[in-house]
Amino acid sequence: MLPLEDIRTQIMEALPGAACEIVPNPGPSGQDSLLVDSASVLDVARFLRDDERHQFDYCSNTSGVDWLDQKVSETVKVAGTDAEGQANEVEETLERVIPGYLEAVYHLYSVALSVGPLVLRVRTGNRSEDVEIPSLTPLWRSCEFQEREIFDLYGIRFSGHPDLRRLLMWDTFEGHPMRRDYQAPDETLAFASANGKEDAS
Amino acid sequence: MNPPVSDWPTRSADLSDDGILEISMGPQHPSTHGVFRMNVKLDGETVVWLKPVFGYLHRNHEKLAEKMSYLGSMPYTDRLDYFSSLSNNWAYALSVEKLTGIEVPERAEYLRVLLAELTRLQNHSAFLGFLLGDMGAWGSALMYAFRERDLILDLFESLTGSRMMCNYMRFGGCRCDLPEGWLGQARKVVDGFPAFLDEMEQLLVGNEILVARTQGVGVLAGADAINAGLTGPMLRASGVDYDIRKVDHYGIYDRFDFRVPLGEHGDTYDRFMIRLLEMRESLKILDAVLRDLPEGPILDPKSKSRGLRPPVGEAYTRVEAPKGELGFYLISDKSPEPYRYRVRPPSLINLTLLEDMCLGSKIADVMVILGSIDIVLGEVDR
Repeated sequence: MLPLEDIRTQIMEALPGAACEIVPNPGPSGQDSLLVDSASVLDVARFLRDDERHQFDYCSNTSGVDWLDQKVSETVKVAGTDAEGQANEVEETLERVIPGYLEAVYHLYSVALSVGPLVLRVRTGNRSEDVEIPSLTPLWRSCEFQEREIFDLYGIRFSGHPDLRRLLMWDTFEGHPMRRDYQAPDETLAFASANGKEDAS
Repeated sequence: MNPPVSDWPTRSADLSDDGILEISMGPQHPSTHGVFRMNVKLDGETVVWLKPVFGYLHRNHEKLAEKMSYLGSMPYTDRLDYFSSLSNNWAYALSVEKLTGIEVPERAEYLRVLLAELTRLQNHSAFLGFLLGDMGAWGSALMYAFRERDLILDLFESLTGSRMMCNYMRFGGCRCDLPEGWLGQARKVVDGFPAFLDEMEQLLVGNEILVARTQGVGVLAGADAINAGLTGPMLRASGVDYDIRKVDHYGIYDRFDFRVPLGEHGDTYDRFMIRLLEMRESLKILDAVLRDLPEGPILDPKSKSRGLRPPVGEAYTRVEAPKGELGFYLISDKSPEPYRYRVRPPSLINLTLLEDMCLGSKIADVMVILGSIDIVLGEVDR
């Protein structure tokens, strides 16, 4: 497979309006990924599938990932009065929330060229209302059940999906069990965390 | 949030209410290989609409794994495709090894190939029996297949302590070395296996009823199969030369000389024959493994199975499991549990084109087509 940087350059040449950047993978596997914004993902994916140099004709794996809101506290110096009543700079702790998002990760391979995986990531705006991203099922049928599963377990809505229903949970089920902050209802067993940080209720 | 059942989209246009019979096959139907349900609409005996219904065996395997240590999930992978627990173990171990950067000793690599190919043999032989069962030849073929499969399960039991839930691989190798006399017994099973295949071929290949029930049934074009993510024998029966053992060369598969059988027509008969031919190729690999198996450690002494905290990062790896591409996608945030643990289940994704293959067929062919996909519900529903 071409280096990801070259693939990105070719995408930008073919689709100048597309927003895509490389997300480095710090681990030993070295599988960096391509983060594409939801407005251009369909075009980018179609380019990767149909372009002679890439021919990613096979979308192997589609996976949801939930990234929670992150609270970051910063200590800043602001003007104020100190303990002795003098005007002075004092330290103040500010809490900032980095909003979380849901992510769909696609692992693309090329059967024709025997290369892969190319990791494609698409993110939603946040975890509550803005959870719609385009479906890639019109390009690869293999996403059909997998995107349904993500819709079911993570709550990402895939626009353009031909048959977006729950896959594994029953139709009247409420909530998305694979979300990191999902709370099981009381009547079902809550799982004790393996490291003992949470109690089983 | 979900549309009501009456609004379910139909791919087939212009269904009239006259004479269309809607039936629900499963989840307890004997041909569904577990708890799988299909909603089928029939015009006479012809299938005009088919929707699979999943989830009867769902236990949210992925959520469980995200609340557990890396090693803690290893026995749970046995329960995905419970016919091929050793392949599942390998797929998971491979992914964690890639995520962490662990090396595997030579002898363990050979043992993994040995066990994965034995798993393929017993999975495919059981498949032949079940497929014939789906066609109404219940009993004989399955008993012949199970007789042979039991010999392999005996080997698994003496090595791992369990016939099906083997829980054998570890990150960086395998759990225990071969017991005394195991290799001799394995050699006996491998040497005796071609006789079983000959017998099976004599019994089945060219059999008039089998040919009538399978040739031209559930035809699938190669390009459609690739686009729908079908893998394993399903894909190769449609003539696509794609075997992950050859493409990725994971483990030490580049050292073995074996061919990849391909189908011509993509029908159920080809899918049946592919499995027979693949077993012959597996025997070649097994022959070479039993010949070349080196001495040495079976677990990297530096590797750490308990309390493993892989560095921050992610990894996706895949293996050629008997049913297709089994992949594991892991994200680590350096905590003892995986931040994200995803199984790419070949059984589920191979069902994507079930409706397309069945449209226009007779209802009795649906069982045969479903049987030829070779699904296990433990993996479909997870």
